[in-house]
Amino acid sequence: MSDDPTAETAAGEPTSTSTVDSAEHDENGPDANNDTTVSVEREPDLRDDDAPDPEEVPLRVDGLRKEFGGITAVADASFQVEAGTLTGLIGPNGAGKSTTFNCITGVHEATAGTVTFRGEDITGLASHTVANRGLVRTFQIAREFGEMTVLENLMLAPGGQRGESLWRSVLPFVRDDVVGQESELRERCWETLEFFEIDHLAHEFAGNLSGGQRKLLELARALLTEPDVLLLDEPFAGVNPSLEERLLDHIHELRADGYTFLIVEHDMDLIMDNCEHVVVMHQGSVLTEGPPETVRKDEDVIEAYLGGDV
Amino acid sequence: MSTADSPLAALWERDAVKIGVLLAGIYLAYVLVGVVLDYGVRGQLNSIATLTFYVALFALLSLALNLHWGYTGMFNIGVVGFMAVGIYVMAVVSKAPATEAAAGSVGGLGLPLWVGVLAGTVAAGLLGLLVALPALRLRADYLAIVTVAMSEMVRFTFLSGTFQRFEVGGLVIGFGGGSGLLLDFGSPVEQLFDALFLGGVYDGLVGLTGTVIENNPQPVTNGLLYGALLLGAVGLYYVVLGRLGNSPFGRVLKAIREDEDAANALGKDTKAFKTKAFVLGCALMGLGGILWYMTSGAITPNTYRPRLTFFIWIALIIGGAGSNTGSVMGGALFAALLFQGPRFLQSVVNNLVDVEAPSTFGQALAPIAGAGDLAPLGFYVIDSVRQLQLIVMGLVLIFLMHRRPEGLLGHRKEPAASVELERRPDRETPYADGGETDE
Repeated sequence: MSDDPTAETAAGEPTSTSTVDSAEHDENGPDANNDTTVSVEREPDLRDDDAPDPEEVPLRVDGLRKEFGGITAVADASFQVEAGTLTGLIGPNGAGKSTTFNCITGVHEATAGTVTFRGEDITGLASHTVANRGLVRTFQIAREFGEMTVLENLMLAPGGQRGESLWRSVLPFVRDDVVGQESELRERCWETLEFFEIDHLAHEFAGNLSGGQRKLLELARALLTEPDVLLLDEPFAGVNPSLEERLLDHIHELRADGYTFLIVEHDMDLIMDNCEHVVVMHQGSVLTEGPPETVRKDEDVIEAYLGGDV
Repeated sequence: MSTADSPLAALWERDAVKIGVLLAGIYLAYVLVGVVLDYGVRGQLNSIATLTFYVALFALLSLALNLHWGYTGMFNIGVVGFMAVGIYVMAVVSKAPATEAAAGSVGGLGLPLWVGVLAGTVAAGLLGLLVALPALRLRADYLAIVTVAMSEMVRFTFLSGTFQRFEVGGLVIGFGGGSGLLLDFGSPVEQLFDALFLGGVYDGLVGLTGTVIENNPQPVTNGLLYGALLLGAVGLYYVVLGRLGNSPFGRVLKAIREDEDAANALGKDTKAFKTKAFVLGCALMGLGGILWYMTSGAITPNTYRPRLTFFIWIALIIGGAGSNTGSVMGGALFAALLFQGPRFLQSVVNNLVDVEAPSTFGQALAPIAGAGDLAPLGFYVIDSVRQLQLIVMGLVLIFLMHRRPEGLLGHRKEPAASVELERRPDRETPYADGGETDE
């Protein structure tokens, strides 16, 4: 399954290595104060450093195709996301970005092609399985659990909660174990709330939050699942400039802590300014990819996406 | 999160107090009416026993339904089917074996009562699993269609001649078809006391009742004790479901109710959670069915019509879906005011005046036109209370949906966690500004 990426992806490869060797806690991160308690003890270097593929390129999409009836939403998408990068996925409306996202995360089943995550084929797995492997997404329109408090929203997210088993949550004695784990979890959630500066909203119903706050909540929630790669579907849509700045700061900070991001976004400038690597989709396939400077000057991109005008 | 400013209000914040006050109020009202009408001790005790019976059962069943609808958002309108399976399986397991097959009698396996109760509960759970496997892929209204169809299938199965009686290993068993089953296993209360080696206590209690009632105190005692047993069951359901809700398990259920896809995207296997919650709720409904009908002497399939399901739904909606405390209060209110209330009122009026109800609506209206005499209409209304009851329930439901869809205690902040979610007191504050957000 892991044959060479297509010519297009190969073209982008050598240029996007700035943070490839799984940046632990060094460089980048514009104003990253590394005392953030959010970053869970993660071990990005589980495998030996020399093996290039799964470690440096956690997410790989090969020849992805998705048809809805007679419509081909994604024709042939191939790209890869390198560890520790902010990778942007852009393209005009209907380019197939969201469908690609949904195929990667198991919401849709791809018609053809493979998705490889950390060296394993995850094509067609159920979305909760994909999430548990460490590939977690957020939604274009924030999907908070409205009638649950903000803190409850966060407490839900972490995996491996013992109290999620029915008998453990009810029976005496074993429940103490659950309570113990919950107390630890509560601390982590409060820290996350503080990191995202929404701790004053902890006991508010999530449905009462403003659009921007919901986006923060969703990012915080996704983060608490301890993912390796985060897929953000238009995280800045409907967010005011000052909050957008804050969200970006958080993302850079987290990236510096070793998280990897794939971001779908409409805002060309935002992607160009913040991502090391940009994938441009058009009419269901990858038009080009590479560092922002290259993509910005690409004739095809200008033609297809910007209507011939930068 | 007690924002109460007086100790009394603080007390009211506690859920047990809410339930206690409501129950006390209901009982007081019933007793007062009984006193005014000079019911006598026997009448009073019987009326209390009946009231307790229905209060407890509606509380039990709305608690079980709350697990489905209030927590998980699963629209189950086949409650009565699971109740029927519970009591029927229990009956078949615990009935005495048929002695003479030729006489057409239908027997059971003759196992002890507790085995029957367990078997009935498990059977209802298994039926739940059977329904859940294909149906939980469906959302909201489609699940509703499947469950209500299932409950009717259950009723017709018990009604069918095919399963009326058949022989298994020399025993004649069956569901009795349209003529139903006789529940010939004696008083569960007596058996429970005997099983716990408390036969002496039981006799003592009967004797105690005998001091206030001279003739035949045993049925009255049984009724009261069974009521107490049911209240105990409510307590058990309440604790178990409360623990279930206030745990990570309950949190996932709530998340499924709010947005199943998002819960999935966070790595929760929502189908597994839904199946577990559905099966457990169905088993609890089965047990509810058993407790409801095991003392009724006989069961027939046509008791288990969808109407009963909707009674339980109304109870849950009154109390407020999503809250266990609300479910209990809703069950109690429904039983006291809407279910038992009108019948109680009817017997009160019958006791008070000599009701001479006209036989048709026309005859009831005619005197108004003639002499402006409202009494015949009043009598007619009292006489048709059981029919009118349904209209009143419908009106209450419409009113609630319109004015207060969240019920008494719905939409209340009841964080699903096994610990208090307050911030730890000794925390350091790395972000002193507390974080101003936009707007």
